[in-house]
Amino acid sequence: MIAAALGALLSHWRRQPGQFATLVLGLALATALWSAVQAINAEARASYARAAAQLGGDAGLVLKARSGAIPLATYVALRRAGWQVSPVLEGRTRIGQTSLRILGVDGLTYPVMPASETTDATDPAAILLPPGRLFVTPATAEALANAPDLPPRITTPDLPEGVALTDIGTAERLLARTGEITRLLVLPDQPAGLPPLSQLAPDLELSETGQGDVARLTDSFHLNLTAFGLLSFAVGLFIVHGTAGLAFEQRRAMFRTLRALGLPARTLTLLVLGELLALALLSGLLGLVLGYFVAAVLLPDVAATLRGLYGAPVEGGLTLRPAWVASGLGMAVGGALLAGVQGVVKVARMPILAAPGLLAWSGAARRGRWRMALAGPALMLGGVLALWQVGGLLGGFMLLGGLMLGAALLLPPLLAGLLALGGRCATGVTGQWLLADLRAQLPGLTLALMALLLALATNVGVGTMVSSFRLTFTGWLDQRLTSELYIYAESDRQGAALEDWLRPRTEAVLPIRYAEAELAGAPGRIYGIVDHATYRDNWPIIAAAPGGWDRVADSTGVLVNEQLARREGLWPGTTLTLGPGWQAEVVGVYSDYGNPNAQAIVAMPALLAHVPNVPNRQFGIRIAPEKAPTLAAELRAAFDLPETSVVDNAAVKAASLAIFEKTFVVTAALNVLTLGVAGFAILTSLLTLWTMRLPHVAPVWAMGMTRKALARIEILRSLALAGLTALLALPLGLVLAKVLLDVINVTAFGWQLPMYLFPLDWLRLLALALLAGALAAALPATRLRRLPPADLLKVFAHER
Amino acid sequence: MLLDIDKVSRIYPGAERPVLNHVSLRLDACETLALTGESGSGKSTLLHLAGALDHFDAGEIRLDGQAYSPLDDAGRAALRRGPVALVFQQFNLVPSLTVAQNLAFHARLGGRHDPAWTAHLAERLGLGALPDRYPETLSGGQQQRVAIGRAMALRPRLLLADEPTGNLDEATGDAVLDLMLELVAETGAALLLVTHSERIAARLSRRVHLTKGDIR
Amino acid sequence: MNARLLALLLLCLPGFATAQGFAGLGTDAQGFAVPDPAHRLSFPADHGAHPEFRIEWWYLTATLTGEDGRDYGIQWTLFRSALAPYEAEGWASPQLWMAHAALTTPDRHFVAERRARGGIGQAGVSAEPFLAYLDDWEMRATAPGIVALSLSARGQDFSYALTLEAQGPLVLQGDQGYSVKSRDGHASHYYSQPAYDVTGTLTLPDGPVRVTGQGWLDREWSSQPLSGTQSGWDWFSLSFEGGEKMMGFRLRDTAGDFTAATWISPDGSAEALPEGALSVEPLTTSQVAGRGVPTRWRLDLPAKGLSVDVTALNPQAWMTTSFPYWEGPVTITGSHAGKGYLEMTGY
Repeated sequence: MIAAALGALLSHWRRQPGQFATLVLGLALATALWSAVQAINAEARASYARAAAQLGGDAGLVLKARSGAIPLATYVALRRAGWQVSPVLEGRTRIGQTSLRILGVDGLTYPVMPASETTDATDPAAILLPPGRLFVTPATAEALANAPDLPPRITTPDLPEGVALTDIGTAERLLARTGEITRLLVLPDQPAGLPPLSQLAPDLELSETGQGDVARLTDSFHLNLTAFGLLSFAVGLFIVHGTAGLAFEQRRAMFRTLRALGLPARTLTLLVLGELLALALLSGLLGLVLGYFVAAVLLPDVAATLRGLYGAPVEGGLTLRPAWVASGLGMAVGGALLAGVQGVVKVARMPILAAPGLLAWSGAARRGRWRMALAGPALMLGGVLALWQVGGLLGGFMLLGGLMLGAALLLPPLLAGLLALGGRCATGVTGQWLLADLRAQLPGLTLALMALLLALATNVGVGTMVSSFRLTFTGWLDQRLTSELYIYAESDRQGAALEDWLRPRTEAVLPIRYAEAELAGAPGRIYGIVDHATYRDNWPIIAAAPGGWDRVADSTGVLVNEQLARREGLWPGTTLTLGPGWQAEVVGVYSDYGNPNAQAIVAMPALLAHVPNVPNRQFGIRIAPEKAPTLAAELRAAFDLPETSVVDNAAVKAASLAIFEKTFVVTAALNVLTLGVAGFAILTSLLTLWTMRLPHVAPVWAMGMTRKALARIEILRSLALAGLTALLALPLGLVLAKVLLDVINVTAFGWQLPMYLFPLDWLRLLALALLAGALAAALPATRLRRLPPADLLKVFAHER
Repeated sequence: MLLDIDKVSRIYPGAERPVLNHVSLRLDACETLALTGESGSGKSTLLHLAGALDHFDAGEIRLDGQAYSPLDDAGRAALRRGPVALVFQQFNLVPSLTVAQNLAFHARLGGRHDPAWTAHLAERLGLGALPDRYPETLSGGQQQRVAIGRAMALRPRLLLADEPTGNLDEATGDAVLDLMLELVAETGAALLLVTHSERIAARLSRRVHLTKGDIR
Repeated sequence: MNARLLALLLLCLPGFATAQGFAGLGTDAQGFAVPDPAHRLSFPADHGAHPEFRIEWWYLTATLTGEDGRDYGIQWTLFRSALAPYEAEGWASPQLWMAHAALTTPDRHFVAERRARGGIGQAGVSAEPFLAYLDDWEMRATAPGIVALSLSARGQDFSYALTLEAQGPLVLQGDQGYSVKSRDGHASHYYSQPAYDVTGTLTLPDGPVRVTGQGWLDREWSSQPLSGTQSGWDWFSLSFEGGEKMMGFRLRDTAGDFTAATWISPDGSAEALPEGALSVEPLTTSQVAGRGVPTRWRLDLPAKGLSVDVTALNPQAWMTTSFPYWEGPVTITGSHAGKGYLEMTGY
C-alpha cells in the first residue's frame, strides 16, 4: 500500500518535471543565499582583520624604549625572567643610490618567517653565521644585484619591496649597531605569574601595534553583516514556505483520491512528511554547492575555492567548514519543515470530500486578510515591547524580527486595499478588469510578494546602513586625520629634534600629546592641542557651546568625545573634573567612532601645567599634499626612521576606502541575488497559478480581447504588484536602517551612526524590482501569447 | 443573409476523421436556429468557428459578407467584441468583477457601452437588486442571466449560445431560455444555439441536426 | 643515554631538509670533534658544555607521587646544537639552545618548549658552580658538583619547582662513558646520575601539588651518533623496588635492531651488558596524535633474571614540540616492580 501510495505521490513529480525542478531549485536557492551570506560574512571578517593589520602593522603588543635603543642585556633580562619576547633591530642602509630597510630578527624566536623560493638556500648555518643571508622580494633582489658588500640574497614573495629580512646578527653588522634592539615583540603565549614589566624594565613602554580604532569600527560592521545574514534567512524562509505550500495545494486532488481509495490519513501524512524531508535534503545539498560557488565568485580570491575543496585551511581563504554545511542543511530542512507544517497539517485534517479548491477568493481570502491585518501590527508592537522589556542586543534583534515579519503580514491587506482603491478610481474597462483580477490573484501571490517585500526592504536597509557607514567613516577619517603626515618619534629627544627640523619645511607642526587619566571614574585620555585652524575647521563637533574653541584655547574649556558625553551626560554647560584641582567646563562634544573609552581635549599649556612629563613624540604635519611623499622620504633618511614611524595619511585613507569598495561589491551582488530569488518566487507562483488562470482569461479572450493584449496585461499586472510592493518596502527599509544604525549599533557599541538617505539608490531599486516582476511574468506572458485557441476553447468545452 | 457557413471542414491534428466535413449553413437576421446532435457530432466546434474562436481547414465563413479566413488574430478578436457575442454552458463570468461590472464588461470592451440599455437589461433579467454581488454568490440561473445580459449589452448581430441551459434545472432553464429569446427578438439579433434537448430545439424557429460532422 | 633528539634544533629552522636517517643524524661530522674511546671523563669540567661537539643534552626525568596519592612524571631537557665547533660572543655565536619541559598526569600531558641563541646569555651551561638554563628555566647546583640540584620550568598552564639530592655515584655508560650506538661504531660520551631523591611542588591548572619521587639525569654529547639506516629508538630508564636500576634501548635499524643495556646495582656499581642481551617487544599500540605508538612493552634481560611488562602511565604523553616524540612515565610489573621513563622517537 505504502509503495503504491508513494508511487502515486512521486508520479506527480515525474509527470511535472518542471514543477519538481522549481521546488528543488527554490529551496536550493534559499539555502544557497543563506550559505553564501554566511561564508561571505566570515570572509569579510577575515579580510577586515587583514586590512586592520595592514593599517596598523601586525596586531599585537610591542615594547619600545622610552628613549634610544633597547640594550641586548634588557632583552636577556626579560627572557631570564620568563617573558616571551622576540627582538627586532630595524634600520636603513644606503646601497648606492637606493636605501634598503633592514629588518633584523632572531629566527629562533620570531613568530613568522617567510617562505623562501629556493629550498636549498635555507641552511641554518648559512643564515645565522657570517656573512648571513638577506631575504628580499625578487624585485628588491634585482635592485641589489650589483651590491658587492651585501650578504647573499634569498628571494621570497612574502615581504614588502625595499625591505631585507635577515638574522639580527647580520643586521647588527650591516647597520653597525652591535648590541642594539629597536623593539621587542611580545609573543602571544606568556606563562602565568610573570614579574611585572615596570619592575623588570622601567625604561620600556608597552604599546599596541594594531590600530584599535579601526578594529573596533569594523567590529560594528561585522555585527551589521550578521544582521544582513539574518534578514537573508528570513527572505529564504518565505520563499521555501511559498514553494512548499504551493506544492501541497497542487496535489490536493491527488491526496483526496488516495484517501478515497483507502489510504489512512496517518500514513498519507507520514509519507508527505518523508517526501518533504527528502526534498529538503536534496535541495539543501544542492544549495550548499550553489552557495559555495556564489560565495567563491563574489570573493575576489577564487583560488580559495580550490584550497577549500582540497581541505587545506588557508587563513582568509574560503573553507568548507562543517559548521557551515550543518547550518546550510539545517536551514533547508528546518525551513522546509516550518514551511511544510501547514501543508502537512492540512493533509492530516483534510476531509475526503470537499468543495473544489479553486480560488474561493473573496470570502476565505478576505477573512485571512483580516487576520493578517491584526497579526501584523501585533508582531510589530511585540518587537517594540521586546526592545523595551528585553532590551540590549537581543531586544534589538527581536525588534528587527517583529518589524520585518509584521510588515510582511501587513502586505496583503495593504495591497488589497490599494488595489480596491485603484479599482474604484479606474475608469477604463481593461484597467478595472486588471485591478479586479489582481485582487483575485493576490492570495496565490502573497508569499512571493512577502519575500519580495523583505528582499527589497533588506536591500534598502542594508544599503542605507552600509552607505551611511562609509560616508561617516570616510568623513571621520577626513576630520580626524586631517594632517598630511603623522610622525612617531622614538624618544622625546628625537621628537624635539624632529620638530626643529620640520618647522621650516612645513606649514604647521601639530604636536599630539596626551596623558592617561581617569575621566568620570573610567580610564581615558586627555589630549593637549595647540590652537590651530586645522582643529577649528575640521574637528567633528556634534554639540558646541558658543565660542567653544576660544574657551579651549584660553584653558577654561574642554571638549569631550561622544562616548563620555552620552555615558555621563556631559553636554556643553556641564563641568568635567580632569584631575585633582583641575576642572573645566565642557564646551563641545565630538564624534569619536570606534573608541570605547572616554577622551577629552584641552589646550596644550593646560595639559602641560597639570600633568608632568607628557611624552612629546607624535606630530601631525600640515603640508601641501603633493609634497608629502617627498618630505616623508627625506624625513626617514635624515633621522633613520623605520617605515612605520612616518604615516602618509593619503595611504591610510586609500587603504580604508579600498576595503569599503570591496564590501560594496559584495553587498551589491548579494542584494541583486536576493532580489533574483524573490523574482524567482514570483515566477513560480505565477506558473502555479497558470492552470487556474485559464478559466479567467478564456472568457475575456472569447469576448474579443487579443492574446497579445492579454499577454501585455499579464506583464503589466506583475509590474504593478512588484512596483506597489517596492513602494511599501521603501519605508520598511528605512525603518530597518534606522533600527540597525540607532538601536543595534548604539546597544552594541555605545555610539550612533548618522543615517544618510540615498534616493537615487531607491530609484535604482524600484527599477530592479520592476525588472524582477517583468522577468517573472515574461514566461507566463509568452505562453499566453502563443497559446493555441484550442487550449482556450477547452475551458468552454463540455463534450470531452 | 447574416451568417454564411460555406463547406467548412475542421480536422483536429492527429484525429482519424474530420470533426466537420464540408458543412454548410445559413442564418438570416432575426432567425433562431437550434443546432442539435450527439456528443462528438461537432456542433460545439461549428459554434466556435462561427464565433471566430477557432480556425477551419477548408471552406469559408462570412458574417454580413465579411470573410473570416483573411482575418488575423486582432481582426477575429474585433469580431468577437462587435457583431458576435457568446453565452456558454458554464456561464464563464469574470469572477473578480461584480454583477454590474460583468454586465457592462463585454460592451465596454467593444467600446459600445450604453448604460441605459445595460440598466434596462439588468431589470429585464431580474438582476436589478444584485449589482454589487460577485458571481460566486449567485445561483446558476442568476449567473446565466448575467451571462446573457453581458452578451446582449453588446447589441450583437449574432448571438452564439452553447448549451446555455445545460447546467440548469428544467424550470430555471426554461425561464432563462424565455428571456434569451425575448431579448433576441427585441434586438433583432440572430441566434445560433447548440443543444442536445429536443424540447428546447422545438422552441426555436429552425433546427439543424449534425451527425458525425455532417448535416443530414 | 642513547642517540636522543639530536637534531631537534636543526629541524626547528625552516626548510632544513633531512636527507637520511631519523632527524638527519647520519651525516658526517665536519670539523666537529669525534667521541674518543680513550677519553676519560673528568668532573666537574664535563658537567659543562662541549661546544666542539655538534650535539649535547642535559636530560632529567622524574617519576613522582603527589600528596594526593596520584602518580606524576616530569621532564626537563636542555639541548645544545652547534652550527660550527666553536663559541663566540653575541648573536654571532653558532651555538643554538632548545629546552623542553613536560608534566604528565594519568590523564593530562602538559608541554612547553623554549629556544635561544648562544653567546648572548639567554641560555647556557657552566660547570662549576653547575648551572644549566634557558630563559627562566634552570637546573642549578646547590652544592659542589651535581649532587644537589634545584630544578624549575614553566609553561602557559603548568610549572614545577623541585629539589634533587643524589643517593649514589655517577654511572658511566658503555665503556667508561664511551657508548656505542651502532655496529658501524657510531658512539657518544654518556654518563648518568640515576639516583636522585626528588621533592617539590607541581603547579597545575587546578592548583599546586606537593610531590616526592625519583629522578634520573642523563648527560650525553656527540657529533654523529646515528647510523644512516637507523630510523628511531625506544629508550627505557627503570628503577626497581629492590634498588636496582636499568638503562636500556633499542635502535630500530633496517639492517637489524641494535639493543644495549646497563644494569645498576643498589650500591651504584654499573655493568654494561653486551649488544643483544636485552630484548624488547611492543605489546600494545595506542593511537597517539594520529599515529600508532607502542605504550606497553615486554622487556627480557635473562642475564639478570628480568622479565617485565612496562606500561605507560598516560598513553597520550606526546611531546607537541617543534620536533614531536613520545616521552612519559611508566610502571613496571613482572619479575621486578617499579617505575621509570620511556622515550620513543621515529613513530
